Amino acid sequence: MAHLSEENLERARRVVAVYPHRRSALIPLCHLAQSQDGWLTEEAMEDIAHLTGVTPAEVRGTASFYDMLHTEPVGRHVVAVCTNVACMLAGAYELLEHAERRLGVHPGQTTEDGEFTLEEAECLAGCDTAPCVQVNHRFFGPLDADGFDRLVEDLAAGALADEVPRHGVLCRVERTVGLLADGAAVGGAAAGGAAAGGAAAGGAGDGAAAGGGGQ
Amino acid sequence: MITDAPPIVTRRVRAEGSHTIEQYLATGGYDGLRAALARSPEEVREEVAKASLLGRGGAGFPAGRKWSMLAKAETTYLVVNGDESEPATFKDHLLVERDPNQVVEGAIIAAYALQVRQAFIFCRGEFALGLERLQQACNDAYAIGALGSSIFGSGFSLDLVVHPGAGAYICGEETALLESLEGKRGFPRIKPPYFPAAIGLYGAPTVVNNVETVSNLPWIAVHGGEAFAALGEGSSTGTRLFALSGRVVRPGWYELEMAKTTFRDVIYDPSLGGGIAGGAELKAFIPGGVSAPWFGPEHLDLGLDQDAVGAAGSMLGSGSIVVMDSTTCAVRAAWRITRFFARESCGQCTPCREGSGWLEKVMARIESGDGREEDLDLVMDACDNIAPGVSWPPQQTTICVLGPSIPSSIASAIRMFRDEFLRHVKDGACPMRGDR
Repeated sequence: MAHLSEENLERARRVVAVYPHRRSALIPLCHLAQSQDGWLTEEAMEDIAHLTGVTPAEVRGTASFYDMLHTEPVGRHVVAVCTNVACMLAGAYELLEHAERRLGVHPGQTTEDGEFTLEEAECLAGCDTAPCVQVNHRFFGPLDADGFDRLVEDLAAGALADEVPRHGVLCRVERTVGLLADGAAVGGAAAGGAAAGGAAAGGAGDGAAAGGGGQ
Repeated sequence: MITDAPPIVTRRVRAEGSHTIEQYLATGGYDGLRAALARSPEEVREEVAKASLLGRGGAGFPAGRKWSMLAKAETTYLVVNGDESEPATFKDHLLVERDPNQVVEGAIIAAYALQVRQAFIFCRGEFALGLERLQQACNDAYAIGALGSSIFGSGFSLDLVVHPGAGAYICGEETALLESLEGKRGFPRIKPPYFPAAIGLYGAPTVVNNVETVSNLPWIAVHGGEAFAALGEGSSTGTRLFALSGRVVRPGWYELEMAKTTFRDVIYDPSLGGGIAGGAELKAFIPGGVSAPWFGPEHLDLGLDQDAVGAAGSMLGSGSIVVMDSTTCAVRAAWRITRFFARESCGQCTPCREGSGWLEKVMARIESGDGREEDLDLVMDACDNIAPGVSWPPQQTTICVLGPSIPSSIASAIRMFRDEFLRHVKDGACPMRGDR
């Protein structure tokens, strides 16, 4: 019995199909699992292992390398305050201290109601709006203490629900085509994979019709 | 001097809705691809070689030469590197959010020139909006016939996949990026081979080009390589997108003609950085991302020229300029950069993994006032173990250049501000406390 929903399993199969080797879908499928559960559960990693042809341990071993993939539960809103040099020069550590007081948690911790996880982030490439903050990987900045408080209030009140989907939902635009709409052999997949490894994903030329769901 | 060179990669980004396919097509979108398809792949490669387009990711390797190194094979790949994570760099962030169609068109032109049949755009995972817009641009390109089979009736077919990263600085290193794209931990690969053009994705020859690099291709395809090479000077041709941050009045991105514009222009011109915030004095600046050695006020009149900056002992790198002023604690800035490397070291190589952690601890100790005078020699000795000689360009004891990038800030800070380190030791506290 799969942990991923039927709909997400179908999405997952479409993701696997666009790669010449199915293991390449591992990280995108981790994001997909996080979009369902908010974090990467043991059960989801088993599904991903099955879909990508590796062991669950290899999924965990890969996922644990990456900051965005959470193998423990996190809050609905992951608030990441960048403190790298450009933001630091604009007062990021003062902002982080304020965030700790406002949310009542230290970086790496989640509020008791499960609404907010606070993180101290490395450079998020928002240095022109320093100090910069991401909530579920959506940008806010420059932020001072008052701005941070307003942001937290808006998030708690659901006022930013469209702009900031709950944690785990990353890219809301889905690919609408499979590999080459006419099913011709292009790339390694349908051609059987000329390169080393050879574990080509089957059926890449199938399911070429629109996957739907994109907006 | 600030020239009237035309904006190339940022010509659309200020307009409302610049990311939409409608706006893109209404402003010359896909003219470059049509112009490229009207020529042979060899001719497109020649135009790019004529442009002398230097890679915009950080290493500054000529794109045309990189392309010429692609080994012949039945299956080859193009991967666009959009995993922008070098601290203080935010140009690709702008391009994927504000002109994603240009990135897609550039990728298609590169793929045509290289006769690659499948391409990937590896976009930093933290760019949620950028990912959505790139995926939309990719979908739209299929819808208008710019991707898929026989693009615009040319007979050339291409699939493009937008791939999300998951948060790891090291994946900007091209071989780590390929490992990540293969679904693995982002461990840089052992060299040789030095270039994925020999052995890349799935073992097949692969070209990896930066987002900004490919964003220049539509313009080059329309206007020709010579028009691009006419901008800038020497080997630094064209315009480049610079990211200015830190203690300036107007932090932001500025597309400027290379070589002719100086650091002084970028930092002080009222239309650009607007000078130092709060009216303080310039103390130091980082000319090209935190892997680069620091410059002082005496370097302000250097041009934004890859060779000139290299000759002066640093690098133009990722095109990001960080300004520190007289209120900035140099020890703290160097510590924070070291902490970044310690957190982002992938852990494969001992000098980098262990060295970065030890350096971070000792730098933190000095900054907080608990350091000893001998600590200065200690950190330089640790730097020497990572990059023997602590010279520029650095020697390497590690698989990739993350390790050798660690000493840049520490060595710069000690060389330029030794007295400030000693005051931390003597006072038992940061002398700048109370300032930023």
